[in-house]
Amino acid sequence: MNKLRKIEHTLGYISVTLCAVLVLLFLAVILWDIVSKGSGVISWSFIADAPSEGMTAGGVFPALMGTLFVTLITIIFSFPIGVAAAIYLNEYAKMNFSTRLIRASIRNLAGVPSIVYGLFGVALFVQAMGMGRSIMASGLTLGILTLPWIITTAEESLKNIPKSFRDGSLALGATKWETIQHNVLPYAMPGILTGGILGISRAAGETAPILFTGVAFFLPDLPGSLFDQFMALPYHLYIMSTQHHAIELVRPIAYGTAFLLIVLVFGLNLGAIIIRYRLRKKFKM
Amino acid sequence: MELVAEREKVGEREKVKQIKKPVIKQKTEVSYEFDIRNLDVFYGEAQILKDINMKIEPRSITALIGPSGCGKSTFLRMLNRMNDTIDGFSFNGTVLHKGGNIYEKKTVVEDLRKKVGMVFQKPNPFPKSIYENVIYGLRLNGVRNKSILDEAVEKSLKQAALWNEVKDDLKKSALALSGGQQQRLCIARTIAVEPEVILMDEPASALDPISTAKIEELIFALQENYTFIVVTHNMHQASRISQKTAFFHMGDLIEYDDTEKIFTKPAQKLTENYITGRFG
Repeated sequence: MNKLRKIEHTLGYISVTLCAVLVLLFLAVILWDIVSKGSGVISWSFIADAPSEGMTAGGVFPALMGTLFVTLITIIFSFPIGVAAAIYLNEYAKMNFSTRLIRASIRNLAGVPSIVYGLFGVALFVQAMGMGRSIMASGLTLGILTLPWIITTAEESLKNIPKSFRDGSLALGATKWETIQHNVLPYAMPGILTGGILGISRAAGETAPILFTGVAFFLPDLPGSLFDQFMALPYHLYIMSTQHHAIELVRPIAYGTAFLLIVLVFGLNLGAIIIRYRLRKKFKM
Repeated sequence: MELVAEREKVGEREKVKQIKKPVIKQKTEVSYEFDIRNLDVFYGEAQILKDINMKIEPRSITALIGPSGCGKSTFLRMLNRMNDTIDGFSFNGTVLHKGGNIYEKKTVVEDLRKKVGMVFQKPNPFPKSIYENVIYGLRLNGVRNKSILDEAVEKSLKQAALWNEVKDDLKKSALALSGGQQQRLCIARTIAVEPEVILMDEPASALDPISTAKIEELIFALQENYTFIVVTHNMHQASRISQKTAFFHMGDLIEYDDTEKIFTKPAQKLTENYITGRFG
């Protein structure tokens, strides 16, 4: 009996460990593939030049900038609204029908396929609000796509702030708002920022929503305003690997683009880790 | 919604009472720090306190004792309206502080809590410096003047018997202090806003005996300036520090009298059983 249990334990342990290693393996294979084939292409001119000669040469500068601009709009739109909504839900909302409705909406919003967001963006931002296919329309569409993620992670970090912080502040005569402002939000910030950046880094790599709302196949010049079309790294990658007239020839460029996109996303994630570490240290939590 | 309606009802009832009563009697009411009448408290459907009547003298130390879940902490939290933060809380009855109904619509809860401070069971310093912890309440009141703040920090920490231990390192994080020091810092933080009453919810239950003794000494030293209402699980503590003791059981106030009397010849059998350790 005892022996059987021991074997059972060992088998269980081995199988969960293997699964965990498998996850690591997937990431390693993807990274190895892209880094080995893409890093050789990366040079200053690849980053700083526009594509040239029918997109068989040159760099990805407009796509890189386009992605940065769109991401910036996404941040400006979704971060404040998402954090505010999380504060409402966690600090103010009572457990009643309307709160349950809001929470259900957020959960469902998170489950909507990104291509549906694209369609929605076309209807609302591009057409109804007259933004046209533009950086603005794409940024806002990605913003809505990111919102549920930001709200959920922000609410989670607010929840982690002990009730004793709130009680201590209230008992000293602080209003609820003062308590949130001085004694809840600052300590929740590391978690909120981390979640926010991770959500936004996901949005930066999205293709379907911008496909509908503003990304362009080829624009050698940078957009002049927020209401112009733009190039973006994920879409550029798609073009270079499936739509180009000489796919074999531009394969290295595709890998270079993928490499850059991954560096960008990893950079954002690294930024999130650094911010979290620094703020944690500052508040000694 | 119920709560608001309840408050209005209470307010109205209070008005009626005050009109009926002769003026002289009102004056004596004001002389009580707290005058609690017919207080029922509910969390959702559960009734936590049943028809509590209690008068608390100013500049006195009152101990609230009773087994866990008897409602003593809930009673304490009625006095600075901390129960307001709990979902499903409702009540009947009246709580007068210096003759004024604290559950009246016009009561500014924040002002009440400045006058009726609270120290919690688990030390809960904010993850800020010692200095910032002490001035938190003053900052809320809009005090910016550095010398006033410095003075308040020194005075409060001295009153809380913590000054000598931390005076050279006020910028240190409060979380680096020991549990007992943290609790004294929380007391200093409460004193800094110059309250009239200090409510304490088992302030020493998370502390070692030496820190506990320090907190008790502190309460003694401060009793000239403040009214203390202290929830405690510790019979010896209650008998050592308080002038009055209230014994709660299952939401009822069983007995409320001079501490000496409660601990020597209690009127109720239940009280006697509890203080002699037969249950609880």
